[in-house]
Amino acid sequence: MRRVTRWIADHWIMGVGLVVLAYMALPIAVIALLSFNKPDSNKTTYLLDDSGVHWTLDNWTNICSGADDMCGSLWVSLQVGFIATVIATILGTLIAFALVRHRFFGRSAMNVLIFLPMATPEIVMGSSLLTLFVSGQVGLGFGTIVIAHVMFCISFVVVTVKARLAGLDPRLQEAAMDLYATPFATFRRVTLPLVMPGIVSAALLSFSLSFDDYIITTFNSGGVRTFPLFVWGANQRGIPPQVNAIATGMFVIAFVIVAVGQLRNARRSRRAATS
Amino acid sequence: MSVAPTPVAASAAATGAPATGGLTLTGVTKRFGAFVAVDDLSLHIPEGSFFALLGASGCGKTTTLRMVAGLEEPTTGAITLGGADITRMRPYQRPVNTVFQSYALFPHMTVEQNVAFGLQQRKVKRAEIKPAVQAMLDLVQLADYGHRRPAQLSGGQQQRVALARALVNHPQVLLLDEPLGALDLKLRRQMQIELKRIQTEVGLTFVHVTHDQEEAMTMADTVAVMNAGRIEQLGPPTEIYEFPASAFVANFLGQSNLLTAQAQGPSGADVAVEAYGSRFAVPAARSRITSGPAHLGVRPEKLHVTTEVVPEGHNAVPGVITDSSYVGVSTQYLVRAPWGDELAVFAPNSGTGGPLHPGTEVTVHWHPAHSFLLSAESGAETAAEPV
Repeated sequence: MRRVTRWIADHWIMGVGLVVLAYMALPIAVIALLSFNKPDSNKTTYLLDDSGVHWTLDNWTNICSGADDMCGSLWVSLQVGFIATVIATILGTLIAFALVRHRFFGRSAMNVLIFLPMATPEIVMGSSLLTLFVSGQVGLGFGTIVIAHVMFCISFVVVTVKARLAGLDPRLQEAAMDLYATPFATFRRVTLPLVMPGIVSAALLSFSLSFDDYIITTFNSGGVRTFPLFVWGANQRGIPPQVNAIATGMFVIAFVIVAVGQLRNARRSRRAATS
Repeated sequence: MSVAPTPVAASAAATGAPATGGLTLTGVTKRFGAFVAVDDLSLHIPEGSFFALLGASGCGKTTTLRMVAGLEEPTTGAITLGGADITRMRPYQRPVNTVFQSYALFPHMTVEQNVAFGLQQRKVKRAEIKPAVQAMLDLVQLADYGHRRPAQLSGGQQQRVALARALVNHPQVLLLDEPLGALDLKLRRQMQIELKRIQTEVGLTFVHVTHDQEEAMTMADTVAVMNAGRIEQLGPPTEIYEFPASAFVANFLGQSNLLTAQAQGPSGADVAVEAYGSRFAVPAARSRITSGPAHLGVRPEKLHVTTEVVPEGHNAVPGVITDSSYVGVSTQYLVRAPWGDELAVFAPNSGTGGPLHPGTEVTVHWHPAHSFLLSAESGAETAAEPV
């Protein structure tokens, strides 16, 4: 009896963890399942009919045939995400360096202001951006979407890179300079490689935030449709089942990126342990 | 401090090196706002010597080192190296390398890459880098650790990588900032011997900053004791220990019994001293002053306790043993003098006579040549306990 209670005492936290994990993974599992389901003509993709899953690979093999511009909107989202990520990562990294490395007028104000876009409700930010664009007579479209996305991504980049930079021992730079490295060489050989993991995770975060965004985009898109806007629009009539395939695909890609990173770390520390 | 020999002269005399080579600091001052970290420091470190800057934390020794490395710029003054003025040079332009207190190894590089870094930055040919790195790793006995990362090494190994990374560049001066501070006692002793061996082997100028007086004394040819941004005394370790220039030095390096005294002028080869109503003699050669308020100093191991007759010519003080602690190689006594102060006496356990017990009435005596006379103006109150 005591052994049982002891076993429970030792393992209950793992049980709770598994339940939480299942709770988080279940919706994804459903999407993955639906991506292999052929929906009945009169039923939406939300439902499995009484006879269960009608297995098919159609959704994957004809991924772009679900609706006219689904893959077009996907392509727009990928472009927006890529451009916004590149710009936000570069700007955000520079801001983070300035905030950590230099003392200048307005630095502490900047430290606070950088949090504002994260704290502002998206709907407020989206509508006020629209007001700004309209009153500034900026034509809405691809450009305004990118501008909006860069704006809210920068904060996340700054915060992520800043955390990494702040944890960096300033003596490492001194040591590099002491070993004949010019400021540029010090940055390239020591600072940048050490901050790189922060920059990479900031970029991944930016991309997923941008790819995901509906609220701000819907205000500032003009006629351009990103993937989230397409899904929302399609939802009025019934979402084509290919959306599930795309969502599953995105999930798999993200999962692979994370898994590869983890594996590389694990292998490095294992090699370290055995050598 | 007018009684102390000027540092430059003392150092050059001690090693007999010409004043042209080596590292020279002239009137170097560093201020941080209102705080003066280094105050008008002048000193010469001859080429090939092992020089220690010794002082408590905050005395300006690390700031001095950082100015030589180029990581701080002097407020005023000049630093020359081998005759060339390097005062305003950038750290990466100086033929000087540093072993940092925290080692500051690059965590994303292997041991080999760390050691090769300086050579690569100086655009040394790739074919020459590899053997140089390997030879240096051999020297610090880490030949098989080249592919590891710093995080996989012990503290002592990291320390040796930091040393190799600096030494591989054959700097004109190697700066060591408390390099052994993070190691445990046993490893520290081992590394002291190691460092001294390497210095003799490569023949470079080492400037070693430390707060550990024993470390400074065992390793360095010349020790400079720093206090409040100034050098209190500079010379070979034996000279500093046997004949300190000030009460601060007398107490920072080891332990000293300092008696408040009054020097009453020369008498023959000695200086006559009066303390607490008794008269003592100190050889003139061991007196920093000949008249005026003074400290009469004797090291505890130079004092003897006896219950019998005092040898001819010794200075003597009666007293009562108040404490006796047996520490193996010696017995340490505290003896209360008639004026109330306690004298520390270290008696070697050479097997003659058992330890004396507290309460025993004894006579403390010493040979006059083992005492020294300091100016009372040199500030006994600033003396810190040795760490």
